[in-house]
Amino acid sequence: MRTVFKTSYDADINLFRHPQQMGWYLALIMLALALPFLLSVFALGEATNVLIWAIACMGLMILVGQTGQASLGHAAFLAIGCYANVLLQQRLGLPFLLSFPLAGLIAGVAGALIAMPMTKLHGIYLAIGTIAITILTEDFIVIATPLTNGVIGLMAPPIDIFGFEIDRYRTPWLLYYLILAVTLLVVLAYRNLQRSPLGRSFAAIRDSEISAQAMGVNVARTKAVAFGISTGITGLAGALMGHYAGIFNNETFNLIISIQLLLAIVIGGLGSIHGAFFGAAVVAMLPQAIAIGRDVLGRFIGGGSIAIPGMETAIFGLLLILFILFEPMGIYGRWVKIRTYFELFPFYRKDMFRRQKAYLKTERMR
Amino acid sequence: MGVLQLIVSGLANGCVYGLIAMGFVLIYKATEAVNFAQGDFMMLGAFICLGLTNPQFMDLPFWVSVPIAIAIMGAFGYALDLVVLRRMFGQSQIAIVILTIALGFVLRFFAGVMWGHEPISLASPIAGRDVRFGGVVLGLDEVMVIAVTIVLTLLLWLYFNRTKLGVAMQASSQNQLAAYYMGIPVKRVHSLIWALSGMVAAVAGILFASKGSIDPSIGLLGIKAFAAAVIGGFGSLPGALLGGIIVGLIEPFSGRYMPSGYSQIMPYLLLFLILIFRPHGILAQVHAKKV
Amino acid sequence: MSLLEIDNVTLRFGGVTAVSQVSFNVEEGEVFALVGPNGAGKSTLFNLISRIYDPAEGDIRFDGRTILDRKPHEMARLGIARTFQNIELFDHATVAQNLLVGRHRHRKSRMWTELLFTPFVRAQERHHREAIEKVIDFLDLQAYRDKYIAGLPYGVRKVVEMGRALAIEPRLLLLDEPASGLSVEETQDVAFWVEDIKKQMGITVLMVEHDMHLVASVSDRVLALADGKMLAMGTPHEVQNHPKVIEAYIGVADEHEKVLA
Repeated sequence: MRTVFKTSYDADINLFRHPQQMGWYLALIMLALALPFLLSVFALGEATNVLIWAIACMGLMILVGQTGQASLGHAAFLAIGCYANVLLQQRLGLPFLLSFPLAGLIAGVAGALIAMPMTKLHGIYLAIGTIAITILTEDFIVIATPLTNGVIGLMAPPIDIFGFEIDRYRTPWLLYYLILAVTLLVVLAYRNLQRSPLGRSFAAIRDSEISAQAMGVNVARTKAVAFGISTGITGLAGALMGHYAGIFNNETFNLIISIQLLLAIVIGGLGSIHGAFFGAAVVAMLPQAIAIGRDVLGRFIGGGSIAIPGMETAIFGLLLILFILFEPMGIYGRWVKIRTYFELFPFYRKDMFRRQKAYLKTERMR
Repeated sequence: MGVLQLIVSGLANGCVYGLIAMGFVLIYKATEAVNFAQGDFMMLGAFICLGLTNPQFMDLPFWVSVPIAIAIMGAFGYALDLVVLRRMFGQSQIAIVILTIALGFVLRFFAGVMWGHEPISLASPIAGRDVRFGGVVLGLDEVMVIAVTIVLTLLLWLYFNRTKLGVAMQASSQNQLAAYYMGIPVKRVHSLIWALSGMVAAVAGILFASKGSIDPSIGLLGIKAFAAAVIGGFGSLPGALLGGIIVGLIEPFSGRYMPSGYSQIMPYLLLFLILIFRPHGILAQVHAKKV
Repeated sequence: MSLLEIDNVTLRFGGVTAVSQVSFNVEEGEVFALVGPNGAGKSTLFNLISRIYDPAEGDIRFDGRTILDRKPHEMARLGIARTFQNIELFDHATVAQNLLVGRHRHRKSRMWTELLFTPFVRAQERHHREAIEKVIDFLDLQAYRDKYIAGLPYGVRKVVEMGRALAIEPRLLLLDEPASGLSVEETQDVAFWVEDIKKQMGITVLMVEHDMHLVASVSDRVLALADGKMLAMGTPHEVQNHPKVIEAYIGVADEHEKVLA
């Protein structure tokens, strides 16, 4: 582990802990910029999908990993962002550059407003409340058919930015770059949040509401703000999902998507931006991986490819169970362990990351 | 359908929700964990009974396969706690919620592979028969569902409040460490409660299967049952049943008197209102943390 | 005018009267200790002052103004900081980050500027770090600055919690059993710190403590409580020798000796 000798307050505040770290991330960005030249059109589409999911995962991560509030309602905000973006373009004729941030804003404000009455709820009550949000939104889209076109769905128009037409099929590299830019902005905002008072008050609420309150944090309001920022970012991801998918209806953003989002950030590793990306990669690429695995398996066994409904979610569920049991810190936790192993070689000890056993003590009083 | 029939069929549906909700509440009361796969437990119980009974599978007599199915689900619950959930000891509630959601996916897949995705009916002797009370014709299946639920609720209530093991289960939920010191084998108690909850789920599943055809996706009823449990008051067995019945009654009546799009959202709308105005349900347990 | 005035406060939980008609004043610049057997209502009084509970009767005034119309999170802004009996730190954050949360009441930036991390936010962050560095120096926490709470020993956590309360830069500091579970040496440190908090920082201290040595060595005045009622108030020596106080403890001979020795 590298020891950084801090000589100024800025060493604590800066985005990167040391120049090498900045070098690594710059290299990663260069690689991301070069991807359209390295990948096939199909693979680039998959990479774009991973980035969209990463944005959505970061949105949820702010709420779950940073603030400690579980949500199974984020599919609703994907939907709100997606519908708002397209409706603003179609009904009001706004350009994408306006409708896109507005869609995020609408989803964010909606999230904060919905969260306000729910800020007193904890754990399972919050989980079930947010499930209700997802289900109600799905039904509301059908009820509001004149606006949303209900079960038939809406088509997302191609994006137009200063005369450049951005379309998944005709100009996939432009769509990729657009989404990469949004991803980087969201990462930056996330990092800024982590190093500023608001982000610290989120973490304070996660770890102990009672003492956060004693420190002067307005718990109810801060939770609503966390919901707002989280759902706002999720709304942006939803808008991008609409453009990526092209067509969507009430069932595009169902409860399964909410669950998948939550499972993704757990598999990725709660509480870190890395975790959001790892989780997004797993969710977005799992269907392809299964399809490939099925083909390979089919070739060995003979009899062509086997198609079993529900297999995707089942494998996903199994992965998750294994992770929660054996690596509760997710892929990112495993990554940190491997990195530490090499940094300390040969002095790594098996118990370095062992957690203390805790006994559950009820917060319920009769 | 007359209003009375509407009420009875709503009650019968509500009883099934209530039974699933009781499965949640049992586990929550004793271990503070929330089993999101309870609906899928119910589905699995129904399918095991169907697999034992139906002529195209094992073709056993119904009254033989019912206790076997209940026993299998009990063993399944016990084994699940022994193998999986015991490792989660002391971890956060949400970790267990996520784990059980994932488990639900796996169970649904398993049922789909075993028994297919087409709706099948259980060859149950109580299905499709009528009973007459005076001039009113009611389905035997519905009456049975209501009767069995009442008996089961009463038994569970007596168990928790009158037997040593039941009291031990409550104690172990209040403070695991203290329960240990008092000589309660907390881990075994947890496994037993999962077994009990599996058995209740099996009963709910068999009753539900007697009322109509089933497929692996009926596990999603668990979400509605979960809403019912919250409406009634999580942590209270009578509350779970009450919540189940409320949801069961709301559905047919709002379906009848409201436009189609609105009727299905009514249970969730009620849930939402309950969460806002009476967050711990109708029969609430007060939550507070001492500092 | 006293800094904190507890005026005839009563609190009931169901049928139990946890605090019954308690009145006392804490003067600016003094160390005031609450003593009494378990269940005497000491921590309940703290929770009343932090506005976690509402009193059934009576008034609580800070700086001459009632606080009963304020919300719990407004107490820090008024200048009332507290610690908790069973350590309530932010476990998944470092010591420095914990102290920085204590600076929350001095936050002047808004959400949007923080998301953009404008130069103003950076300047403010530098200022906060300067402030917590003083606290870190004062409490000798340099070695633990960037360590996560989850891995720290109990004694250090107690100190960090005190540091977090100091980072608020309060006028009144409520210490809930600052020395419970600490070794003799650590308790000695706490005594020195309380002394310095009063003398150097000019912060008024109200504390609950069982260790009578500590109470006797640092406090100016002591209030003894039992069963939610006031028994005696005065200097540590007066209270220790008050017949009612001895009577309250006499039921348990061992504890009587231990506490009053």
